[in-house]
Amino acid sequence: MEYRPETAAPLNGLAEILLRSDDNSLSRGERELIGTYVSYLNDCFFCQNVHGALAGHYLQCDIDQIDAIKANFNTTDLSAKMKALLSIAASVQQGGKNVTAGQIEQAKTIGASDKEIHDTVLISAAFCMFNRYVDGLATGSPQDRQFYVNRAQQRAEDGYLLLR
Amino acid sequence: MAHINVPEGVPGIRSLVMFRPETGKYLYELAQELLRGESPLSQAERELIAAYVSKRNDCLFCMSSHAAAARCLYQSDEAIVDEVLKDMSSAAISDKMKALLNIAGKVQILGKEVTKEDIDLAKQEGATDKELHDTVLIAAAFCMFNRYVDGLASFTPTDPEVYKEMGKHMVKGYNLPPKQTS
Repeated sequence: MEYRPETAAPLNGLAEILLRSDDNSLSRGERELIGTYVSYLNDCFFCQNVHGALAGHYLQCDIDQIDAIKANFNTTDLSAKMKALLSIAASVQQGGKNVTAGQIEQAKTIGASDKEIHDTVLISAAFCMFNRYVDGLATGSPQDRQFYVNRAQQRAEDGYLLLR
Repeated sequence: MAHINVPEGVPGIRSLVMFRPETGKYLYELAQELLRGESPLSQAERELIAAYVSKRNDCLFCMSSHAAAARCLYQSDEAIVDEVLKDMSSAAISDKMKALLNIAGKVQILGKEVTKEDIDLAKQEGATDKELHDTVLIAAAFCMFNRYVDGLASFTPTDPEVYKEMGKHMVKGYNLPPKQTS
């Protein structure tokens, strides 16, 4: 981000509105959960830990519970709607065309709005970018997962626009 | 038909950002900065990377529109675009561009696919850190744009003339369309 501030600005702006705006029927925790899940599927250590810790902070769960959701969300007590949206997220991670009409139909039947479906797809797509950016340039990241948990509250308060 | 209620007949990402301009604004700003902003890579080269990655992601809309923009920018060398899309390794482009497109192709698979050898090869061919950065970010960004466009099943025209026109507009810049009024 510091290396290229001109591109950092829209990247941070996108993260801020997508993940942190409160003008959204999906809670911050739910949106961070989509982000950490896709990052897990993309095997991006940094992103899944930053966003996993944030999801844990907002949803008031610990690392183990977040890990359990990532490993097998269908068996957890997440809402039916979140499960439907995470299925869509998993498909987006594979490729846009992997999202089926059936998955969309299911999400709508359960009560997901167009805006929620839109945001699920865009968050998932955006993390497919962020994960590749971070790993493609092999940026270093702390390996101790507690580091991310410790910083989550401050990050939740600061938001994404303070990132340099 | 798109998976959500976007403006009828409006193609690709344009329909999606009309549905949700609050997020669309940043997507267009990113495209503008990445593809039209300052970079040691020419605008033609950057559009070529975008088209190449989009082809690998099997996204017809993005590939066709950015290939059209690339052809406009390459002008008399426009045949290069189709050569690269057909078979990058035998296309008449510099070894540096081949090395950068190789990296873009690896990023398209996953970030961790990019190896030190890939980076070293590009540097040997003269690629600077900034060129490497921009290549990776363009490739990563198109992994987002392609999934966004196809993930919501936005309308994909099939007429090459439609894309040719789009290409001419894109060369002028990426400007957010007005929000849908319905």
